[in-house]
Amino acid sequence: MSALQACLLFSSALFALGLAAALARRTAILVLLALELMLSAGTVNLVAFWRYGPRPADASGLLFVLFAIAISAAEAGVGLALVIAVRRHHASIRLDQPARLKG
Amino acid sequence: MRATAEHLWAIPALPLAAAAVISLLPRRCARAACWFATASVASGLVWSLAALAEAARSAGPLVANFAWFQIAGAPVRLGLLLDPLGAAMCVMVTAICTAVFVFSGGYMAEDRNRKAFFGYLSLFAAAMLGLVIANSLLLLFVCWEIVGSASYLLIGFWHERPAAAAAAKKAFLTTRIGDLGLFLGMLWLYRSDGTLLFYDHGAGVLDPAVLGRLAAPTGIALLLFCGAIGKSGQFPLQVWLPDAMEGPTPVSALIHAATMVAAGVFLLARVYPLMAADQALAQVPFHALSVVAGIGALTALIGAAAAVAQADLKRVLAYSTVSQLGYMMLAIGVGSWVAAIFHLLTHAFFKALLFLGAGSVIHATHHEQQLRRLGGLGRRLPATFATFAIGAMSLAGVPFLLSGYWSKEAILHAAAGWAPSRLPLLAALAGVALTAFYVTRMVALVFAGEARAPAAAHATESGPSLVGPLFFLSLGAVLLGFVGTPGRPWLQSFLTGAPLAREAPLGAPSLVLLSAGLLVAGAAAAWSLYGRRPARSADAPDPLAQRWPRLFPFLAAGLGFDRLYARTVVRAATFAAAAADDLDRTIWDGSVRAVAAAAVRTGAAGRSAEERALNGGFSAATAGMRRGARAIHDRQRGRAQFYLGALAAGFIALAAAIWWEGRP
Amino acid sequence: MTAPWLSLVIFTPWAGALAVALLPRGAERTQRRATLLFSLSTLLWAAPLLARFHPAAPGLQEVENVAWIPSLHIRYHVGLDGLSLVLVLLAGVVAPAALLASSGPLPHRRLFGSLFLLLQGTALGAFLTVDFFAWFLFWELSLVPAYFLLRLWGGAGAARAAYQFILYTLGGSVLLLLGFIALYAAAGTLDFAALADLGRSGELALRLAACGRIWPAAVFGGILIGLAVKVPLFPFHTWLPPAYAEAPPGLAMFLTGVMSKMGLYGILRILWPIFPSALRAAAPVLIGLAVAGAVLPALAAAHQSRIRRMLAYASVSHVSTCLIAVFAVAAGSPARAAGAAGDALGGALFQMVSHGLSAAALFACAGILESRAEGRGDLADFGGVQLAAPRLAGLCAVAVFASIGLPGLNGFIGEFLIFRGLFTLNALAACVAVAGLFFTALYLLGFWQKVFHGPAAGAGAGFRDLAFSEAAPLAGLAALIVVCGVAPQVLTWMFNPLVARWAGMP
Repeated sequence: MSALQACLLFSSALFALGLAAALARRTAILVLLALELMLSAGTVNLVAFWRYGPRPADASGLLFVLFAIAISAAEAGVGLALVIAVRRHHASIRLDQPARLKG
Repeated sequence: MRATAEHLWAIPALPLAAAAVISLLPRRCARAACWFATASVASGLVWSLAALAEAARSAGPLVANFAWFQIAGAPVRLGLLLDPLGAAMCVMVTAICTAVFVFSGGYMAEDRNRKAFFGYLSLFAAAMLGLVIANSLLLLFVCWEIVGSASYLLIGFWHERPAAAAAAKKAFLTTRIGDLGLFLGMLWLYRSDGTLLFYDHGAGVLDPAVLGRLAAPTGIALLLFCGAIGKSGQFPLQVWLPDAMEGPTPVSALIHAATMVAAGVFLLARVYPLMAADQALAQVPFHALSVVAGIGALTALIGAAAAVAQADLKRVLAYSTVSQLGYMMLAIGVGSWVAAIFHLLTHAFFKALLFLGAGSVIHATHHEQQLRRLGGLGRRLPATFATFAIGAMSLAGVPFLLSGYWSKEAILHAAAGWAPSRLPLLAALAGVALTAFYVTRMVALVFAGEARAPAAAHATESGPSLVGPLFFLSLGAVLLGFVGTPGRPWLQSFLTGAPLAREAPLGAPSLVLLSAGLLVAGAAAAWSLYGRRPARSADAPDPLAQRWPRLFPFLAAGLGFDRLYARTVVRAATFAAAAADDLDRTIWDGSVRAVAAAAVRTGAAGRSAEERALNGGFSAATAGMRRGARAIHDRQRGRAQFYLGALAAGFIALAAAIWWEGRP
Repeated sequence: MTAPWLSLVIFTPWAGALAVALLPRGAERTQRRATLLFSLSTLLWAAPLLARFHPAAPGLQEVENVAWIPSLHIRYHVGLDGLSLVLVLLAGVVAPAALLASSGPLPHRRLFGSLFLLLQGTALGAFLTVDFFAWFLFWELSLVPAYFLLRLWGGAGAARAAYQFILYTLGGSVLLLLGFIALYAAAGTLDFAALADLGRSGELALRLAACGRIWPAAVFGGILIGLAVKVPLFPFHTWLPPAYAEAPPGLAMFLTGVMSKMGLYGILRILWPIFPSALRAAAPVLIGLAVAGAVLPALAAAHQSRIRRMLAYASVSHVSTCLIAVFAVAAGSPARAAGAAGDALGGALFQMVSHGLSAAALFACAGILESRAEGRGDLADFGGVQLAAPRLAGLCAVAVFASIGLPGLNGFIGEFLIFRGLFTLNALAACVAVAGLFFTALYLLGFWQKVFHGPAAGAGAGFRDLAFSEAAPLAGLAALIVVCGVAPQVLTWMFNPLVARWAGMP
């Protein structure tokens, strides 16, 4: 088993973990955390493909990672804001409660 | 400095400048306004005398033509003309203006708006002077209209009185009818000759070469005469002049007796060659001048007859003016424009004198001008009486001493010498008797007998600013006759440029005796009715009215012309206006509304068709779609995790499918 | 110094409309001043135009010609000649006067100013554009602000009047547009000069006739009616009295002073050059209609009880006098009548300007009278105003006498020249139309007698004389009326060579 395969197995596991959590949990915060896990799995893939790919010398993979982290941070911010808004509106952050987007 | 044609502009410019300055003065500077106005016309008088001297010296008319403005590459030209006729008119107008302006300073002293009064008077003087020195029918027309407007403003000067407002409007509109005739005549003349200058070094409309090739001279002459009919109060447009007496009395003296109303006569004298241009033509049914003579004779008679029965002092004088203007027209019609101008000049002085005398009476009696409420003023107003009597005798034509006699005799002689018909002479002679009658009646009712109302009983002679002009004018009313006696007809030779032609010193003896006899008869009749046993009370009926109870009111109403016009012309105009308005509201607007209604109906039909056919189908289709959508809509519940799970399941299915496809 | 002067003339008021719309809401005074300032820009830009103008130069000056929508051959093409110049000057004078006359209290002053500047810009654009598309755009756009100004600030019957006004004039415009679409299809160009060349050579009629026999007449008729409604030519005038009677005074001044000249401009610039022979054929009928329009509305004016309706009819009558002259010249003059044609056309141009000035002044006076009578504007509502308000009476008298045609004021010059030319071209028309002059005096003096003369009555009792701000626009107009009447050369030098060329004078 090569190092790349190991990395990919790890990231798959991480993704599966995140997905399972996102589907199982009912609390919006935990779902958000799970989403972050899935995003990290993707990031690991990117690093792995760069490190063991044809041109490990240039820093392309790292740049991807930097962007991905920035985006996930932004997304987490937006997500948390939404959660707070939903909490204010419905007095709950359980995802099965707010079934209507109309205020 | 010599007053040649190039310098003539100064004569009207002086009062015009005065009018401009006065219009800018504040209202309280009425005294300054009076001074400006009087000084401007007085210096105009000096200029005019210089112009008269120059005209006497020069051989032919002096002209100064200039371009007013360019239109489409051709200039519109105006000009000033210095000839004996214009110069004589200038002197007369400025002299009368000066007297009337001085008089007005006293007469209008209490009026709160007298600054404007002097502004209007100055504007009038400027336009009138421009009229008499114009060398272009266009410039003459321009001034002609401005004097008409000034007359409108001055008749309506006491505009808060409805009668004055109505009289002003009536005067303007009535003269406007004649003016439009003059306008058309001017256009026709321009079409024929291509110029409107009177004299233009051989190319003007009055220059013989151009006169010879004039097309339709009778038509043009009659249209020009229309203007004179309106302005000079000739039949059938004489109705405005008596009503114009609503204006202040100095205005009546200046505008409605001496100057503006004489402008019609002046116009015909100015364009006399044009008026007479059809005399040589044999094929015309009638000559323009014959029409002028006929209208003049008729007007002389109508005016004199109406003057006999007037109850108002100023209206007597107004109808007398109508009648005298008729005499002037008659003179022009019978071919003696010189006699007409002679009478115009003398009439200007004695009629202005009479009006100012009447003004003095009115002033002294605090605006009482009903003849039956006056009386006995001969002793109370001696200066006014003396001067008024001179004017009255001059008007009646008392022989030898007074100017009116000589000019009237000149007209009678001219009429006697007219070949086509004796009727004008007969009318003029009848007019002589009537004139003597109404003059005597007027003097007797105002000055003789006893005062018939308190206002007349307490009258006192007016101040020097009122009496001074009376003496000045009576001087003219006496002396002016001697410039044109048959024995030494200086004026005639001055005006025509012909050498002095001496005749018998008194004219044809039979005619002189006849007219003197008629004069005496008329005066004696009036004296026997009004002077011998003067009425003692203001309520006593007029002796003439007792004798002719039906004729007298008819004459008093100006021979019923006002009533006739109110029933015909005015009613027709009102009806036409209403009809035009109706036409607009019903036919034109109605047809538009019909089109609009048709469009609305078409729209409604289209709409219902649309609603049934098109909208119906469309609605059915959308209803079906809405039902389908509701079925799908039930599947959406906003469960985010359900969506995520579906996504994951789909992803797994996709991966499986790829894996399945990629199998070796 | 070169600059796109004409574009500046046209678009400065529009820029002003935008600027005024962006002003803060409360500042009435600033809004009023800014509107006036932008409105005065026309006169300001006219100064260099006047300095650079060569009256004798043939063709257009200060031309700007750029492609706008190339695929449709539509160009932004503006140019100036004597005709446009005097009309631009007229608009430049009347618009600020109209604004000054509406400087009293007014709801929504900002919107009013904005719309008014928009209107001014469209009128200027219509006077300066020489390509049909842009011209039509300006022509139509002018209706929008006019409609809203009439609808929102008008009198009691404004809704109906505005509705009638917009529908009637739009109806005319539709015909105009259809006519030009047909022209474009036949000629492939919308440039006035190019169309006029085709029209003069008869090529245009041939090409239109190729599509069908009725097309030349139909296209001519459509364009004629489109323009006739705007002028208006009798009997297409019925929209005008209610519109003028209900409009706010400032708009009424602009409508009668400037907008009514747009139709005449269209006839002179478009109809006559492009359809010379068709117009000649139709001239006898058109002269008859124009003479009727000069006489009958003048009569109808004598029967009106509302002051502004009377003035509206007066406006129809005066504008018709110009139309008689134009149609009589277009009727084709007999040989050696070039001078008469020059007189008639020059008189018509002069009369366009002088009617603009005096009618605007009259409507301003009517507005002042109404403002003193709580909006009532019947002749019977007033009496003896001259006693209480000599200043108003004096200035109004100038406008009244100018309309009557008193020499020394501008109305006489135009009328005299028109009739002098007309008498040679068509003596019958001149003789009948002269009756209109009499009726003009009849109703205007009747108005004067009822409103200004007599003892104080109705709103005439306690009438307040003009304040300085009210007197300023009237005094300005009155001064121009006198100047144009005494020294007509101040106007005629601009269009003399142009008119001489039109008239075929050497």
